[in-house]
Amino acid sequence: MGAKLETKEKEKKWEPKILAFLCRWCSYAGADLTGSSRTSYPPNVRILRVPCSGRVNPLFILKTLRSGMDGVLVSGCHPGDCHYTAGNYNARRKFAILARLLEYVGIDPRRVQFSWISASEGDKFAKVVSKVVADVQALGPNELFRLPQGGQTAKGAASAHE
Amino acid sequence: MARIGVFVCHCGTNIAGTVDVKYVAEEMSKEKGVIISRDYKYMCSDPGQNIIKEYIRLYKLDRVVVASCSPLLHERTFQNTVKEEGLNPYLMEMANIREQCSWVHKDRAEATLKAIELIKMSVAKVRMNEPLFPKRIPLERKALVIGGGISGMQAALDIAMVGHPVILVERAPSIGGRMAQFDKTFPTLDCAACILTPKMVDVRSNPNIRILTYSEVESVEGYVGNFEVKIRKKARSVDMSKCTGCGECMQKCPSRVDSEFDLGLGKRKAIYIPFPQAVPNVPVIDRAHCRFFTQGKCKVCQKVCPAEAINYEQTDEIITEKVGAIVAATGFDLSDPNDYSEYGGGRYKDVINGLQFERMINASGPTEGHLKRPSDGKEPKTIVFIQCVGSRDENLGRPYCSKMCCMYTAKHAILTKEHIPDAQVYVFYIDIRAAGKNYEEFVRRAIEQYGANYLRGRVSRIFEKNGKLIVRGADTLLRSQVEIEADMVVLATALVARSDAIKVAQMLGIPYDQNRFFTEMHPKLAPVENVTAGIYLTGACQAPKDIPDSVASASGASVKVCVLFANEELISDPMTAQINPALCSLCKTCVDLCPFSAIVEEEVKRPDGQTQRQMRVIDGVCHGCGACVASCRPGAITLKGYTDQQIFSEIESLASNF
Repeated sequence: MGAKLETKEKEKKWEPKILAFLCRWCSYAGADLTGSSRTSYPPNVRILRVPCSGRVNPLFILKTLRSGMDGVLVSGCHPGDCHYTAGNYNARRKFAILARLLEYVGIDPRRVQFSWISASEGDKFAKVVSKVVADVQALGPNELFRLPQGGQTAKGAASAHE
Repeated sequence: MARIGVFVCHCGTNIAGTVDVKYVAEEMSKEKGVIISRDYKYMCSDPGQNIIKEYIRLYKLDRVVVASCSPLLHERTFQNTVKEEGLNPYLMEMANIREQCSWVHKDRAEATLKAIELIKMSVAKVRMNEPLFPKRIPLERKALVIGGGISGMQAALDIAMVGHPVILVERAPSIGGRMAQFDKTFPTLDCAACILTPKMVDVRSNPNIRILTYSEVESVEGYVGNFEVKIRKKARSVDMSKCTGCGECMQKCPSRVDSEFDLGLGKRKAIYIPFPQAVPNVPVIDRAHCRFFTQGKCKVCQKVCPAEAINYEQTDEIITEKVGAIVAATGFDLSDPNDYSEYGGGRYKDVINGLQFERMINASGPTEGHLKRPSDGKEPKTIVFIQCVGSRDENLGRPYCSKMCCMYTAKHAILTKEHIPDAQVYVFYIDIRAAGKNYEEFVRRAIEQYGANYLRGRVSRIFEKNGKLIVRGADTLLRSQVEIEADMVVLATALVARSDAIKVAQMLGIPYDQNRFFTEMHPKLAPVENVTAGIYLTGACQAPKDIPDSVASASGASVKVCVLFANEELISDPMTAQINPALCSLCKTCVDLCPFSAIVEEEVKRPDGQTQRQMRVIDGVCHGCGACVASCRPGAITLKGYTDQQIFSEIESLASNF
């Protein structure tokens, strides 16, 4: 099966890789609901659970792009619905600034998208993921920001940060 | 070097149907630090958990990754599994390869690849995990119930009878809620007041219950076991300790206004109790309509009150209480008649809604129990009932079923025939939903015994002609147009969430759905719990519920409160923030960001005898959101369980796949 997987991977056209940071109260539960209602979405997305969108340090996003992922999705509770009152507002403010920085350094801000998805919006999660995947697909691979040796160098950078 | 065990669940075919679990387990055994990796049909089953325990013993594992369903479902289960084997529960991570992988993808190769990467992320994270130890926090064994309807009263009674003090807050001047407005109840035709009034008296006479009527919860702070609530007790203008409930003031009050309780069908005075059985039996002055408050003259009530209980100077009072648990029992509203322009949009006086019908047919209602057309007071001979008005209607954005309309319309049909035996009763329905004990039998009775004419189909329009209401619709069984000349039309309008439901939800930290109904923690397995610990839900604030369902959920919620109160103290979540004073620059950005005011500045003594200022996170107050961590410029704050290192390693594990 392993060999089969690899050849299949090579034959296929390029597919973007997306990392989604989901807050555990709303968007992660929403993504769970997408599953329990068996709504499908593109398999290009990997999910990382955080307590709150406010926990997402802009460095995580830069690190994700440096590590070779092609796009990032950060999703939290709807405005006003944050489990911690205002974490999603903090996140929104931070990302508004980050989007400008990304643009400045030459990264299309569409690679990094933000959304509000509640625990009851399983359909919305599937839609948002499909949109992010389609947008990043149109932009092509993230070559500008990816470190040359992928993981190896990214690891070095991570320990430098620590 | 970590010794990690990876356990991949098939979940029957739920995962194994889409993900090649054997191959996944094989691949994981190649990961750095993974000592053993294996798959099993049901990891959460007893044999499955025993495998994990056995392997921890056998291979001296110090970290575990379980790749199965969502951690929201089984994190606790597997934490307990490893704990039983002596491992710190926070050294277990879950990879969600069911809800977020096998259930959403169809391509086996893609899903298998994704599962591998998700598990690699968890392996990378668990490598960085450290044992965490919960703290003990005190618990206030007192409950707050918001809403004094049948649900709230039942919850308050149950909790109080176990011996815990309860504060019952009700916005209206009396407890009783919607049920107090009803006449009879389905399917037994018990008189609502006859079964409700004794319950209200029980609530009033229970020494553990403190009733605060004409009051609203203003703010809720704190966390499970330690909420601090502020309740606004609105000025009643009547001294509750003096009033004897004689009713003299209400008789003499000169201003008459529409009664909210009778939904505009009747009048009340400016000083009033909403209905005769009100608890407490103490009137309130409606200051917006009182002559003294609007025009500065009158004071008739004060003059006639033999107990000298009237107090125009009374002001709102803010009551601060500490409670350990909160039950939301805030109920429902009826949809706005303006929504249905095809049925007159509230313009025709003789088109009323089901609740108005209840008031009309109630012996203590505005017409003393006689069915009368609101327009001219004549007895209606032809009455048309229309079900699903505004419910199950995608156009109005309300696709849901209001659940009790089929039943109360059958009840109305029966009561109409009881009151006016020669009346013609027509009921338009989409389909009859009578799924409850003795419900179907009840509807059959309305049709067979009382001769109600049930027509399957929708009404397209209602218009007035020669003092009659022309109801035009379709009978889809006969496939023909129908037109009925009616004297009165009763709309079974949709049950909707309270207009201020979102405000309440945000105050209490309750998620709500697209219809603004409160969302329970799990629709099947945790139907009265809420994601915010210590907050419980009951009654129609969750979704349309009839009386038996509301009472049952109230008893459910109160048991959950009592389960919480069975603890001497609470075990806090150890995933809190921590500040390293050596790195902290005392910029205090975190202090402003923390929504819980959990970060304080204090003075500490250094070993050299000097004092030094430093910041500290109070464990019991920190909720672990991580806002401070993400904004700490010197990187002095860490969030236990979600450290930067843990998240960076998860991200890096993905990079290694290129």
